[in-house]
Amino acid sequence: MTAAGRWTVTLLPAGLALGLLLLVLAPLATVAVRGSGMGLGPADWAAIRFTVLQAVLSALLSTVLAVPVARALARRRFPGRGLMITLMGAPFLLPAVVAALGLLAVFGGAGMLNMGLQSVGLPPVSIYGLHGVLLAHVFLNLPLATRMILQGWLSIPAERIRLAQSLGFGPAQTFRHLEVPMLREVLPGVALVILVICLTSFAVVLILGGGPRATTIELAIYQAVRFDFDLARAAGLAGVQVLICALATGLAFLVAAPAGFGTGLDRQAALEAPRGWRRGLDAAVLVLATLFLVASLVAVALRGLPGLTDLPSAVLPAAGRSIAVALVSALVTTATALTLALSAARRPAPLVEAAATLPLATSGLVLGTGLFLIVRPFVSPMQVALPVTVLVNVALTVPFLYRILLPEARALAADYGRLADSLGLHGWPRLRWLILPRLARPLGFGAGIAAALSMGDLGVITLFAGERQATLPLVVQQLTGAYRIEAAASASLILVVLSFALFWAFDAGGRRAAP
Amino acid sequence: MLHLDRLILTQGDFRLLADWSAPAGARIAVMGPSGAGKSTLLAAIAGFLAPSAGRILWNGQDLAGVAPGDRPTTILFQDQNLFPHLTVAQNLGLGLRPDLRLTDADRSRIDRALERTGLSGLGPRRPAQLSGGQASRAALARALLRARPILMLDEPFAALGPALRAEMLALVREVADETGALVLMVTHDPADALALGGKTAFIADGTVHPPVDTGRLLADPPAAVAAYLGRRQDPGTFLLHGE
Repeated sequence: MTAAGRWTVTLLPAGLALGLLLLVLAPLATVAVRGSGMGLGPADWAAIRFTVLQAVLSALLSTVLAVPVARALARRRFPGRGLMITLMGAPFLLPAVVAALGLLAVFGGAGMLNMGLQSVGLPPVSIYGLHGVLLAHVFLNLPLATRMILQGWLSIPAERIRLAQSLGFGPAQTFRHLEVPMLREVLPGVALVILVICLTSFAVVLILGGGPRATTIELAIYQAVRFDFDLARAAGLAGVQVLICALATGLAFLVAAPAGFGTGLDRQAALEAPRGWRRGLDAAVLVLATLFLVASLVAVALRGLPGLTDLPSAVLPAAGRSIAVALVSALVTTATALTLALSAARRPAPLVEAAATLPLATSGLVLGTGLFLIVRPFVSPMQVALPVTVLVNVALTVPFLYRILLPEARALAADYGRLADSLGLHGWPRLRWLILPRLARPLGFGAGIAAALSMGDLGVITLFAGERQATLPLVVQQLTGAYRIEAAASASLILVVLSFALFWAFDAGGRRAAP
Repeated sequence: MLHLDRLILTQGDFRLLADWSAPAGARIAVMGPSGAGKSTLLAAIAGFLAPSAGRILWNGQDLAGVAPGDRPTTILFQDQNLFPHLTVAQNLGLGLRPDLRLTDADRSRIDRALERTGLSGLGPRRPAQLSGGQASRAALARALLRARPILMLDEPFAALGPALRAEMLALVREVADETGALVLMVTHDPADALALGGKTAFIADGTVHPPVDTGRLLADPPAAVAAYLGRRQDPGTFLLHGE
């Protein structure tokens, strides 16, 4: 093999994997050193309890509520069904800060719900606290759970459905003999994935939680760094957070969760659609779910549109910064994930596998705390706010993209690896003439996901940024915190449009480039 | 000369031995029951499988550690011989320059190779727009351009009908004549082995036997070959049929 060949095949992936491991392990080690020996106070224990409680409840609620929605989608055919399934993928990319603001606009003090209650003389309800956090987490994760459970329904073998039909099963027997066994297999994985997501949820809790009774570990880390400047305590909390996340992630891996996105939605389902009252039930479930998911976004749009002409001066520069962060993150994440996936597709690569898995056991604020401690002796954290944000985004998004690209890279190697090898197609020509064209579709999709997630992320930036480094999600949060809901809604609108535009541009670009 | 020097190939529990040589320009059909290791032998010579013992030599040079693309070999697989996202001309161009920086001289060579294989004017097409026979011809056209001294075919025409297969075999012989290549062709069908002309290396019981004249082998098959052919006696009928 030539020197150039060895470089691209062995050294580059190994170097990237080591870099990624270092990016995760160095902050963890720093946190461990600084946080060791710190005693946990009563407030910290409360934060730990609340973190686990809200995550468990969020996971249970999202999963249970998703079952009827997924079933209705699995057994009914109606115009707009495909669109609805596609839109179910959208909240994964929706900035959490916008979701929280949207719920505030519907259920908040001056929201539609309380206006309605007031007009009929009922006392207002408060959205702040545990139930607000749960509402937001169900809002964000119900669609993800629905898509994953729908996959389960679509994976019931057609032969078994035909057998059930030939035996004359009614809906009750179908449920007992086909659906319950499938759900028993799928639901634990779904719930665990959502549990892991909610354990590290930050933006939602920052806006809708807070106070001694609704503070998560992530929020407590943020407060320790930002308000108390108690870095040892932040480090100790980060250590606890890592332990909990690692435990939950390990559990999720053991249960082997099904993929959330993917193919298979086009298959002609053979499931019988029962008539009678079940038809009405399915329709009601779908209408309610749609209303729940759409209402708060419509509320954001309605309240944000008038203010678009009179935006706070911080919004546009922040939007520019966010776009830059998103583009760089998308590029670096995609290139890294592709290199790692190609390497792992060639031969088993434990180092690569570790590098693409370890970040899942951390969170933005944990990595942020570690990096904060590392850089502070050398530079002002504000100066490196945006590069650090990019790095953390890359570390946290590579695992997703790696798992999207790995099966594609494996298929490519199986189909064309030998042919390309036999023709001496290596290095840049192999990338140019084989890999990029064949993988254009998943690469565009993955880059779109990375860009949108990075665009909407509100995490590590809150630890580092000052006035002049604020990204758009941070501006939205600051405006919301100052109760300038109209201005926050306007900024949110811009944020949502930019996030989805970035996703769409990359995804469409990939599809267009695909042969 | 291709020399398989006390070669041992292993894949899991499977073991395959070969110890023989063949001169440049030889035509050798590789026959044997399914799972006997026909493709394994080709994969090893092409560089996809490292020998667990022994050597593969070409003109005295040990091929161990030589990357598949740098070996003196061209291999045609059962399918997927063309990249579907590239045009036929680009697929041929890869045989000349993997980076596809083609000169005008390269392009006219590609055109000539297309013409030579009966594909004139099909250069701008995508493989999906070709028939099965045309796709095989395109792969052979690339072999013509690569002009490596060993041409290996791993049942490349299995999906084609008898008439097309005969045509392809004729083309293989033409390509081999033109490039002077040693041909190693895996086949299930004794008729193909006869049509290729030359010798047959029969694989049985974990051994690739040295190539022997195909006509003679089929006329008077040893027990293992006879069992494979499904014939205990009367080889004459088969030969008539095969001719």
